[in-house]
Amino acid sequence: MVWGCRMSRAWVFGDDIDTDALAPGAYMKRPINELASHCMEALAPDFAGSVRPGDIVVGGRNFGMGSSREQAAEALRHLGIGAVVAHSFAGIFYRNALNLGLLAVECDETGRIAQGDELRLDAVGGVLENVTQGVALPCKPVPPFLMDMVEAGGLVPHLEKRFGGVES
Amino acid sequence: MARSLARRIIARASGEDAAPGEVVTCAVDLAMIHDSGGPRRVKPILERLGVGVWDANRVVVATDHFVPVFDEETRRIQNLTRDWVKAQAIRHYYEEQGICHVVTPERGHLRPGMFCVGGDSHSPTGGAFGAYMFGIGATEMAGVLATGEIWLTVPETILIEWTGRLGEGVFAKDMMLFLCTRLGMDGGRYQAVEYAGDAVRAMAMPERMTLANMTAELGGQTGLIGADDVTAAHLAGLGVAADIDGWGHDAGAEVEERHVFDASALPPQIAAPHSPANAADVGEFGGVTPTIAYIGACTGAKLDDLRVAARVLKGRRVAVGVTLLVAPASVRETEAARDEGIMAVFEEAGARILPSACGICAGYGDERLEAGTVCISSTARNFKGRMGDPSSQVYLGSPLSTAAAAVAGRIIDPREML
Ligand code: SF4
Repeated sequence: MVWGCRMSRAWVFGDDIDTDALAPGAYMKRPINELASHCMEALAPDFAGSVRPGDIVVGGRNFGMGSSREQAAEALRHLGIGAVVAHSFAGIFYRNALNLGLLAVECDETGRIAQGDELRLDAVGGVLENVTQGVALPCKPVPPFLMDMVEAGGLVPHLEKRFGGVES
Repeated sequence: MARSLARRIIARASGEDAAPGEVVTCAVDLAMIHDSGGPRRVKPILERLGVGVWDANRVVVATDHFVPVFDEETRRIQNLTRDWVKAQAIRHYYEEQGICHVVTPERGHLRPGMFCVGGDSHSPTGGAFGAYMFGIGATEMAGVLATGEIWLTVPETILIEWTGRLGEGVFAKDMMLFLCTRLGMDGGRYQAVEYAGDAVRAMAMPERMTLANMTAELGGQTGLIGADDVTAAHLAGLGVAADIDGWGHDAGAEVEERHVFDASALPPQIAAPHSPANAADVGEFGGVTPTIAYIGACTGAKLDDLRVAARVLKGRRVAVGVTLLVAPASVRETEAARDEGIMAVFEEAGARILPSACGICAGYGDERLEAGTVCISSTARNFKGRMGDPSSQVYLGSPLSTAAAAVAGRIIDPREML
């Protein structure tokens, strides 16, 4: 996995971004590609249509609060988001993101990132470089046992090792 | 030093007396799932792993989110759910019997000391029974269903003590809106929140369920209330043999954070759009004129909630220009309410009765709030766009405050109507 070296563009949101905004209820019965196309539309109608693969979502406190619906993380992953960096995460969202192979990294200084800034994330080393502003922001490294899972692609590939998966 | 309730349950489930911050693996006593995050999401994962559920007797499935079916897709989801439950030989299947958080305890599945997971964020509701219960996403649930276990960082305990007694017309819901506002939506820090004190001890189980339920809004992993005589009597009434010994609140236990509030000083609370943490005393909302009043959800439509709402609706009519919608939390509770004459009170007041399901609370169905609607709701969440159009404005209040606003045509102090 190339978490280390990619240049990413920042999409900056505030505190308490909720799962109803990330995965709106009206589309919860729909396939993920359609649900993802409505991701964040109540707050940023142009988000789903404008993100590019590898972009980083930057949140404030308590990112992903609310529902246990993992489509909140799945929608971001589906849109190609490379990682979510937030001051703090709601617990269920944090677990869901890592279980789905979406990197979620805590950083105390997300306030020093502006919309559209170029970022370079080293999740293992715990550094988020804001290239545009020329500052290196310390991040909390993801615990190794969780990082292993993210690198395996999430919980399911991880469990496949345990169960051997279905012979195909 | 004595252990908090959370640590005692985790020690039992993990077999280790680990300290807060340590990661342990716990054996799961019960896994609850619903039609949205349940079979339709876990089935493909279990198939990919080539395994079935680890113990069909420890799985509860309830359908509530896409209920009633209203189109091809929701019908397909319900058919898939039914077929999967059958294929996995799961006996504890509750089809359209009400909201999972109410149906699961009502059918006797929760007992003090249990370690449980639910595929829904309001799973801490089970904590009212002295069980450690928390919400997880579907992929993680598939992992639990495959293995019967889950990892957990042993939480700190945040003790919230309510001294005194709640005043007339003030409820658990008011306490939780107050706490969300005071401590923030992340005040629970994904730790274990334990509620105690005279005011909590005096509460019946449904009110305790509301406290535990809204721990989700407080950002706790779980919300716990130590088992006591009230718990034991309630379970006995359900025909559940349960041992409360060892699963009570221990006032001498070590806790990492403690807050003390005086219940007798708390007035009814209303949370303004778009957050449960936007609450203030009801008196500050006199200018708000809702057109929809919604009494529903696991949080605010249990039998006790319906009883409370009926107190102000009895002999009164809903105001002109207001639609009162009532979605009782379970079929069983609807029947009990009917027997008590409460459903008749709603009907005579002009309410429209909706099926016992998540309904407008989830915003998953065909009934949603239209653009510009102003709504007062007994539910737990008023995030922007959750219950319908992003321009709708949802105020949260207790079932009593919701009913009072429906009658008055504006938000008023419900105590004026008692
Ligand atoms: S009633 Fe609302 S809060 Fe309760 S489980 Fe259903 S959607 Fe969630």
